[in-house]
Amino acid sequence: MTIAAEAPSVAGLFASRRRRLAIGVGVFVALLVLLAVLSLGSGAVKIAPGQVVRVMTAWATGDSDGLAGRDALIILSIRVPRLVLACLIGAALAVSGALMQGLFRNPLADPGLVGVSSGAALAAGFTIVLGDHLFGTVAAQLPFVLLPFGAFLGGLAATLILYAVATRHGRTSVAIMLLAGVALGAFAGALTGLLAFVSDDRQLRDLTFWSLGSLSGASWTKVATVTPLILPILLAVPFLARGLNALLLGEAEAYHLGIPVQAVKRAAILMVAVAVGAGVAAAGVIGFVGIVVPHLIRLLFGPDHRVLLPLSALLGAILLTGADLLARTMVAPAELPIGILTAAIGAPFFLWLLLRRDRTLDA
Amino acid sequence: MNTLLEADRIGVAYGRHKPVDAISLSVAAGEILVVVGPNGAGKTTLMKLLTGELAPSAGTIRLEGVPLATIPAWKLASQRAVMAQASRLAFPFTVAEVVRIGIDSVGRALARPLRERIIADALDAADIAHLAARSYQTLSGGEQQRVQFARTFAQLQAGRQTSTRQVLFLDEPVANLDLSHQIALMESATGLARAGVAVIAVLHDLNLAATFADRILVMSGGRLHALGAPGAVITRAAVREVFGVDLCREADGTGGLPVVLPQHYAGMRLARGAA
Repeated sequence: MTIAAEAPSVAGLFASRRRRLAIGVGVFVALLVLLAVLSLGSGAVKIAPGQVVRVMTAWATGDSDGLAGRDALIILSIRVPRLVLACLIGAALAVSGALMQGLFRNPLADPGLVGVSSGAALAAGFTIVLGDHLFGTVAAQLPFVLLPFGAFLGGLAATLILYAVATRHGRTSVAIMLLAGVALGAFAGALTGLLAFVSDDRQLRDLTFWSLGSLSGASWTKVATVTPLILPILLAVPFLARGLNALLLGEAEAYHLGIPVQAVKRAAILMVAVAVGAGVAAAGVIGFVGIVVPHLIRLLFGPDHRVLLPLSALLGAILLTGADLLARTMVAPAELPIGILTAAIGAPFFLWLLLRRDRTLDA
Repeated sequence: MNTLLEADRIGVAYGRHKPVDAISLSVAAGEILVVVGPNGAGKTTLMKLLTGELAPSAGTIRLEGVPLATIPAWKLASQRAVMAQASRLAFPFTVAEVVRIGIDSVGRALARPLRERIIADALDAADIAHLAARSYQTLSGGEQQRVQFARTFAQLQAGRQTSTRQVLFLDEPVANLDLSHQIALMESATGLARAGVAVIAVLHDLNLAATFADRILVMSGGRLHALGAPGAVITRAAVREVFGVDLCREADGTGGLPVVLPQHYAGMRLARGAA
């Protein structure tokens, strides 16, 4: 028999996990607050952290005297919406990645991989290029309204097509969905390329800028559009954790454990489509957040979805806020598209994961 | 009879191919039924039908008299547990976590200390308490199989809080295990049976089957070939007919249980002894 006395007790194991988690959440929240203050203070007009805190406290307490002046105006009407948007979209992208990876039982799955982002990108491209042709000069402002809406519909359409292709007799085949996602992504990419080919100089510039991703168009209107889509998902996602954990053991096993497998899968797919569609609509294509963030959380806290999903949201918000801060300050007064930054950090990370996976898992 | 699970002429057909054809059986509380048969005989498909994973295209299955198809998954999970063959995990869960996932749904209403005790007991039952903090991915195939058994064991214990009439399904539970753990796992299963759980297991080792089964079901080509006490079912004629192997069969002293040895091996032994 084995020496059970030397092994840590089950209760002890779970308790130490909980302690680690509590510390992690504390550090993450502190980091987010720190980045938020820095982010609100930087830009064309530098505002000291103390002043940022004073303005924000005045805003929170409804003290109208503290809200007078230029600093308050810049912070509240330009930088706060941008910060909120960065947090929401970062959280949405990270959670979507975690959901996809759980659903596909594959740590390399990503919304970009199964065509959701490509579908959203294609629909947005259509809006940019064909909007002018369809609506003429009457609607100079129309693309501004249509773009987010189109991107969202495109992401949803891509997911629904994918789901229809991969589902037979009420069961979703993960392998077919991944393969179909690759095909759909390639097809959408080709059509987007065609759009670039037929577009004029201005449209091309719009298309490029948008496909690289940026938070520079942030406004309270955009926040108001995106929040009702993303916030309910962030609140609902913990309810899928138990089901996704069981799904990792296998679909049959999850069913044996009492999980309504098809309902969990449908909910996860719908949540990904809405979250990615809304995120892409508001800020363009921002890649790799969905793959980097869940991986870091798994390294720090393990793969349990009850921890992974909420903490991915938190770290996603931190990462995108940080990336946006860099994007705005690195080449000031110009601004880097944030998608370039996340890809520059994310792509090598992805390669590292592939190498590491090769050594550990397949050895 | 104290029947728990009952199947009446169940079958499943894919076109002309019938992996399971018109099989009837019943299992009583506390009974161990072992299913044997050659590869492709339909054993795993039969298990899938009986666990509710696959809907039969003919016949009915009743659990406690209730048609299986009408029992929702969450309720079924407290009435039966299924140990599948060892599967790989894409993410580095610890052993304790894998077992915990087994009771996250069924035991969601239980207090934390009780849940932790159920997990600890299950780890002990599968002799893997020393591996609790290890990552499942780093374990050997046999160790992974024992974790799966612990998960099933925990699910039954958690389900017991709401339903004391339970069925345990084991599909080739000892395929990767060393001899001592094969026996230990079957003894754990026997212990569960003594506590009133009906056990249905697919086994390949006829001697192990004969030792632990109350009854043995022999399948061949999707059909029921024989069903009865080990001594009556594992005969030289039956094994030749179903498996196509000639046996030296002896009934040893312990309760007249059959011990089987293929003649081929017996011949090799004789040849070696002579050399």
